[in-house]
Amino acid sequence: MKRMRQSVETTGDSDAIAVEQTLAGDRDAFRILVERHSRNVFRLAYRMTGNQHDAEEVVQEAFLRAYQKLSQFAERANFGTWVYRIAANYAIDRMRQRKSEDAQREPAGRPSEDGIERDPASLVPDAAPSPERLAQSEQLAVHMRRALNELTPAERTAFVMRHWGGSGIEEIAEALKSSSSAAKNTVFRSVQKLRRSLEPFMERRGQAKAMGTEL
Amino acid sequence: MKHPNEEELIAYHGGEVLRRDAIAEHLTDCPECRAELERIDAVLAALSSMPIPDPGDDYGERVWRQIAPRLPERRTPWWSFAGGRGLTAGWFTPRRWAAVGAIAAVVIVAFLAGRVTNRATPEPTAADVSAGNVRERVLILAVGEHLGRSEMVLVDLANAEPLDAKQKQVNISAEQRRAENLLEENRLYRQTALEQGDTGLANILDELERVLLDVAHSPKEVTPVQLDTIRQRIDTRGILFKVRVVGKELQQREETSAPVAKPDGSTKQERNKT
Repeated sequence: MKRMRQSVETTGDSDAIAVEQTLAGDRDAFRILVERHSRNVFRLAYRMTGNQHDAEEVVQEAFLRAYQKLSQFAERANFGTWVYRIAANYAIDRMRQRKSEDAQREPAGRPSEDGIERDPASLVPDAAPSPERLAQSEQLAVHMRRALNELTPAERTAFVMRHWGGSGIEEIAEALKSSSSAAKNTVFRSVQKLRRSLEPFMERRGQAKAMGTEL
Repeated sequence: MKHPNEEELIAYHGGEVLRRDAIAEHLTDCPECRAELERIDAVLAALSSMPIPDPGDDYGERVWRQIAPRLPERRTPWWSFAGGRGLTAGWFTPRRWAAVGAIAAVVIVAFLAGRVTNRATPEPTAADVSAGNVRERVLILAVGEHLGRSEMVLVDLANAEPLDAKQKQVNISAEQRRAENLLEENRLYRQTALEQGDTGLANILDELERVLLDVAHSPKEVTPVQLDTIRQRIDTRGILFKVRVVGKELQQREETSAPVAKPDGSTKQERNKT
């Protein structure tokens, strides 16, 4: 224990100590891990699920599962990556369940036009927006949410992990429970679909901007 | 080379290594493929600009509060209890003293809950009221002493300096051990305060627990910069001040409740308002 403490320099080392202490029966050591990694896991979960309520549920469930499976976790310094993967796995299940629930409830009960909750805070664009810019950002945000929502849970997971989480193909394949080549293909398909949905809107917007008649 | 297809360009944009040099070379000579890559980049950049709601600085703490009651206790391995140097040697380690402190706290908590001295009866008798007053005094005394010991750790930490001016690191192992010892009983008192509806006291103990955890999980030897960070965390929370205020309040409550106990819990209600 003393030797371990002396070597604490990085978050990874500190995570490894907290994991060891949790496994030794110190439940409060797990609190350190939760407080350190919750925000990162939330970012992933929000991007995958598209709404705050589901994202928060994913975060809680990811840490509960991590605690239960902690003894099976070998690379203790990489707790952040591991819990991230657990969250991705759970988020896929949650999205599939949500899609199936939405399909049963269709058309009533949808939260909004594109099926994703509106969070006023998330719609605020960058500095000093004019009413026009605000409207454009709102329109673009609606298009982007709709495009993301049209992806299958596997495509959305692959896209989020690859382009926002910086995950490797092997890691994505593990989360999707598929082969590497299938995971690679899913990443490609997700970007292709997003391009097909968004590029026409972005091009129209670019042209209008150039002509001074912004959308 | 021939034009890379869409899949290859997307993979290239994502940092794919395969055929990277060949594609890069092709892009320098092919405006068509460069334009295609720019379109891919524009879509991905727009998606990356999508804001994410900020769950707040205290998000990690909130997640912990939500999941903590659902976490099963882990059994401490017997070899950890024995300290690895024979069954008796383990009892003399600081961790064992922490266990002794925690056991004492458990006894106090059990006493407060009436599990040791009394059983609940439908109609409270004069003896019950008296026993309730005794229990409240025990809680006040026990938590007051606990806060006093915690305050001393925080004050010592605030004044910690290298033993020798030439030393670049400060040894805070003593404060760490004391913080570790205080953690378990702090948790028990916090739970008791919560069960008794004293949310004000429970909140202070919760904040104290986080600071004690920070100290207990810090390196044994810290640089002055690391020590300053720990001090700043303590200062930001204002925990030392809060501990002093509540300690004083408990002391006054103990003094006023000693001759004639107040079963109405008026002080508790006052603190819960803050």
